[in-house]
Amino acid sequence: MRHTISVLVENKFGVLARVAGLFSARGYNIASLAVSETLDATISYMTIVVEAKDEKVLEQINKQLNKLIDVITVTDFTHKDHLDRELVLVKINYALKDKPRLEAIFNKFVGKVIHHKDQIAIIEAVGDQQQIDALLKELDKFGIKELVRTGKLAISN
Amino acid sequence: MVGARILLESLKKQGVEVIFGYPGGQVLPIFDQLYDFDVKFILTRHEQGAAHAADGYARSTGKVGVCLATSGPGATNLVTGIATAYMDSIPMVAITGQVGTHLIGNDAFQEADVTGITRPITKHNFLVKDVKDLARTIAEAFYIASSGRPGPVLIDIPLDVQRADTEFIWPKKISIRSYQPTYSGHPGQIKKAAKLISLAKKPVIYAGGGVITSGADAELKELAEKIQVPVTTTFMGLGGFCGTHKLFLGMLGMHGTAYANHAIMESDLIIAVGARFDDRVTGRLDDFAPGAKIIHIDIDPSSISKNVRVDVPIVGDAKNILKQLISEIKKLPETALWLKTVEDWKKKHPLTYKDDSALLKPQYILQELWDLTKGKAIICTEVGQSQMWACQWYQYLTPRTFISSGGLGTMGFGFPAAMGAKLGFPGKEVFNIAGDGSIQMNIQELATCVANKINVKVLIFNNGFLGMVRQWQELFYKKRYSHTPITSPDYVLLAQSYGAVGMRVTKRSEVRAALQKAIQTKNTVFIDFCIAPEENVYPMVPAGQAINKMIEGLA
Repeated sequence: MRHTISVLVENKFGVLARVAGLFSARGYNIASLAVSETLDATISYMTIVVEAKDEKVLEQINKQLNKLIDVITVTDFTHKDHLDRELVLVKINYALKDKPRLEAIFNKFVGKVIHHKDQIAIIEAVGDQQQIDALLKELDKFGIKELVRTGKLAISN
Repeated sequence: MVGARILLESLKKQGVEVIFGYPGGQVLPIFDQLYDFDVKFILTRHEQGAAHAADGYARSTGKVGVCLATSGPGATNLVTGIATAYMDSIPMVAITGQVGTHLIGNDAFQEADVTGITRPITKHNFLVKDVKDLARTIAEAFYIASSGRPGPVLIDIPLDVQRADTEFIWPKKISIRSYQPTYSGHPGQIKKAAKLISLAKKPVIYAGGGVITSGADAELKELAEKIQVPVTTTFMGLGGFCGTHKLFLGMLGMHGTAYANHAIMESDLIIAVGARFDDRVTGRLDDFAPGAKIIHIDIDPSSISKNVRVDVPIVGDAKNILKQLISEIKKLPETALWLKTVEDWKKKHPLTYKDDSALLKPQYILQELWDLTKGKAIICTEVGQSQMWACQWYQYLTPRTFISSGGLGTMGFGFPAAMGAKLGFPGKEVFNIAGDGSIQMNIQELATCVANKINVKVLIFNNGFLGMVRQWQELFYKKRYSHTPITSPDYVLLAQSYGAVGMRVTKRSEVRAALQKAIQTKNTVFIDFCIAPEENVYPMVPAGQAINKMIEGLA
């Protein structure tokens, strides 16, 4: 099962390698990872989506992360109120005649065209996992040529 | 003050008495400062020896061990020593030179990404890029290495940082916002534990290295005596509880005593103190102590519920928690019947071996060593059969008298570690129990011992085999002794050529006199004991079995 955790870390040289190294050394899987500075430039915020087969593994991941000297706090969002979003950029096959179809999609789903040239359009969408998955399913009908995603960002509410 | 000098002044501030190390191109400024600096420096003959010696010093004294090496190969040679210390939670600070900051990442001569390489085997590590950060970094390194669950910390210092000049400012206090170890146990949890103990009928205390790290041996004894509960220790816990105490069961696990393993398997309550339920202890996890509730006291939360499910976890320092627990237990458990059962196991399944007047038995040598030293010596070991016999056949009365690589199981550890221990305790007899395989892994340190008059006594149990692997081949691989027969040099001549004393013992009747002579000799001594070639370590729990499914054969 996938779990979303956030990790506040010291914004120091090598800290990403420490976190990533911990996951690989102990055999945990990272599904996605997003890192950036916070308002306090000495602290970085990581949102990590992990694959954990049970609560015991998740508990170990939390504890092992906490054991890293540069980790300030670990928050497991599994049983916590939070919002999460992901940004995707999708390159699809697109001609002007497809416009009404695409607009119909955007009426029901998240997303907008941010670039259009020749037979290619680039769609930007921000949403939660379900919204993104639903959109991608629709866009697939046009033929997805390329897809990039940021991985999940999560914040408590 | 230049960085190199700041380093040495900082080590002095930390109370460092001895540094083990080896020079090289990227630590020249540091060695230039060492030339007339007031600190003992021991030049080993291999950086691995320096790391193990610092480790042995740390294990015997409880202080932080320090080793120093140059960049690249010097640093990578420390790696096994650092990993050894990491697995056994030993406080150590390793200092390495690095190529100049402008060259880092350029594949410069003798460059290696040492912080990258050591990241998974250190508690923490630092690359100091600015000399202004150096003093504080050293203070933080010692603090991290020695606090909480201890461990090795590496500081990588580029050449230009060693040369750069700045004011030496020693930090008054170290506080790291992201690192706050928990020392006091949760009172509610301690109450719960006390209640479980009062109700237990068949409790066992299972004590590990945490008891020694925490200095909780007196509290452990008080608890065991108060509640009249038998005590088994892990390999790392040997010495944490008096080895001749009536309540002592010896070590448990793969080569533990049968009665310790039976007791833990039949128990209804395990009181784990500073131990981590390692696979060599639990055997097959699904079958481990099926009827037992578990109280687990440990300073490292990640050790709790990692391998076994725990009923009452208590995070904190063992000494603090045991003190509180002792005063919290009002009603004592009724253990008389249980103690009798345990006594019966002791009588029925004693540690034993088949003595043979024609063959020299390693167990006999250790019994004689015990008889001559009565637990007052420091016993270091290499890894394998000799190590396991040293666990079984010598009684450790006090903490820090048994020094051995547990978690990593590093061959070649014992000899340099014995050097470190001897420097920590010049007045104590220090023995290294070795096999003919292990001793050849860091034998170059003979030169270090002789040059510095570090008089350790090395007892080589020479059976012509890599004995533990041979034992597995005998029992599980149809005696196909693939590459386990091993040749040795003439240890007597070898010792002599280094300026040490060498002896050879082939008969049982010569053992005692040889040991006595070694103790009286004011020099490093190698004794080549030509032991029974195919002696096995028993009891033995085959890998993947429950720990009461032992092979108890007499060899």
